[in-house]
Amino acid sequence: MRRESLINVLLAAGLLGFPLWAYVMNEPFLITLSTRVAILALAGVGLNIALGLGGLVSLGHAAFFGIGGYAMGILASHAQSYAPLMESPFLIEGTKSMPIIWLVAIIASGLAALMIGGLSLRTSGVYFIMITLAFGQMFFYFSISWPAYGGEDGLSIYVRNGFPGLNTLDPIQFFLICYVLLVAVLFFANRLAQSPFGLALNAARQNAMRVETVGITPYQLRLTGFVISGMITGLAGALFADLNRFVSPSMFSWQTSGEIMIFVILGGTARLFGPVAGAAVFIALEHILGGLSEFWHIYLGVLLLGIVLFARGGIIGTLAGHEVRHD
Amino acid sequence: MSLILLIEQILNGLQFGVMLFLTAAGLTLVFGVMGLINLAHGSLFMIGAFAAAATAAATGNFALALMASMAAAAAAGALIEVCVIRRLYDRDHLDQVLATFALILIFSEGTRWMFGSFPLYLNIPEMLSGPIALPGGIQYPLYRLTLIAIGLIIALGLFLLISRTRLGIQIRAGESDREMIAALGVDITRLYTIVFALGAALAGLAGALIGAIQSVQVGMGEPVLILAFVVIVIGGIGSIKGALIGSLLVGVTNTLGAVLLPATFKLIMEPATAATVGSSLASMLIYILMAIVLIVKPTGLFGVRV
Repeated sequence: MRRESLINVLLAAGLLGFPLWAYVMNEPFLITLSTRVAILALAGVGLNIALGLGGLVSLGHAAFFGIGGYAMGILASHAQSYAPLMESPFLIEGTKSMPIIWLVAIIASGLAALMIGGLSLRTSGVYFIMITLAFGQMFFYFSISWPAYGGEDGLSIYVRNGFPGLNTLDPIQFFLICYVLLVAVLFFANRLAQSPFGLALNAARQNAMRVETVGITPYQLRLTGFVISGMITGLAGALFADLNRFVSPSMFSWQTSGEIMIFVILGGTARLFGPVAGAAVFIALEHILGGLSEFWHIYLGVLLLGIVLFARGGIIGTLAGHEVRHD
Repeated sequence: MSLILLIEQILNGLQFGVMLFLTAAGLTLVFGVMGLINLAHGSLFMIGAFAAAATAAATGNFALALMASMAAAAAAGALIEVCVIRRLYDRDHLDQVLATFALILIFSEGTRWMFGSFPLYLNIPEMLSGPIALPGGIQYPLYRLTLIAIGLIIALGLFLLISRTRLGIQIRAGESDREMIAALGVDITRLYTIVFALGAALAGLAGALIGAIQSVQVGMGEPVLILAFVVIVIGGIGSIKGALIGSLLVGVTNTLGAVLLPATFKLIMEPATAATVGSSLASMLIYILMAIVLIVKPTGLFGVRV
């Protein structure tokens, strides 16, 4: 077994084992922390498709995360108040059913990714970074200035949405839902990376001109990759909102984009389980350093700086060696 | 909507625009010359504002506060250039984004640690406070008018610096071929530090000048940084002229949109809905402007490189 595969299995087992242990020890807070890791890792897996596979440095993924969150918030708040979302031309009612909310979150964030990606992929490099950041900020300001769904204060949902056959209010059951989704998406991302599409996208990252000479348009590849990436991050956003039973404009903030990117880089860009390792370390740091000092972001900053300057390849890259080099 | 109000808003937009220009100019220079994307530029803006507020609180002298803002931001800029940024010039943009994001975390939390979470206030000097009567019976705050003047003078100075001085020649040469000018005996390392500190000083000055209108607080730099990005995307990377025109365009669009859009929607909708739709749309207006520029000219109005 390759060293990286072994690390992946250990990570997957650890992320499942830790909350189960916490369940036995009756520590619901630790289960919630693990759920956060699973959800944030999912957001990172989404970004990793654009960033790692496609080489698209998107600093605007908070847009999709937030859209997923608001998809949940809007649908659930309408179900909560029994007021239909729309009456004409046809009736749309709110819902408290997770699968429907997920579907809506995925579609809505996919459409947003199509719009943002369609425009920003006309450029590349540093322009792309700035434009995605700017579009993310556009959604942030829009969510603040649109008063119907809480505006600046955000939107609270009193009861967590339901999943058929499960009690989602039980932390361990909600964790398992998130975990299964994460594993399913990881499986999908792995297959995607090995599919003809994934190989072509990877090739376009390494040398766009060669890809173009064999008759593939990099723009379409990248746009497809970007949309898939946005959809996954949107799904994570819906789950995150459900975890907190609260959604607010801060999900759209540029810091959120930065943090999702940190999960990916901390773990290791283009590594399948990179976001899982990154999110787990991030949450652990937040929990441990946050308990030591109010200013734990300083330590995070220094750590991140150290990783960028000296330990390229992130956690998995350092542990597994450079079997899959990424530059 | 009276004409006077409209002119006032245009002036507000110009004032906002020239302050954006001070921030965007450094960013676009650094990108043009060193090919570096610096997210921590907003932190330098914040450092300038805090330095000014602390100096003004200690001495009560506004001019001294402005000088302190430039000195502090330039020093911080030179420090991070020498310690961190220098190692990033040969890296890809992703590394630059991450390292400068890490710098934001360090600067923001460090400032919070030093000054606390409560906003500081920087008072407008006595001499510049109060309104001034403009031709046509417009009463406009003197301080804001001074900001427009300062911004335009600095823009002019920057043009002269780039087009007429030896340093400007080196900067322009550095933009087109850094290896060649190094071969010709220009100390490129020193040049980079100077350009970076210059951009930082401008951002710091903008922070101090804006800080007197708003409050001085942690996190004040990033919204300006992102707007400066929009400016650069519209104006074209590396172009000072583009940064100036982009800044004024963004400043005026943003300010006028916030006033005119709700008023326009009132003509066709009921007032409550019009205010909501208008202000929401106004908050998106500059990004829509950016999208239009991207569709028409992906390299920005004055940019050449993709």
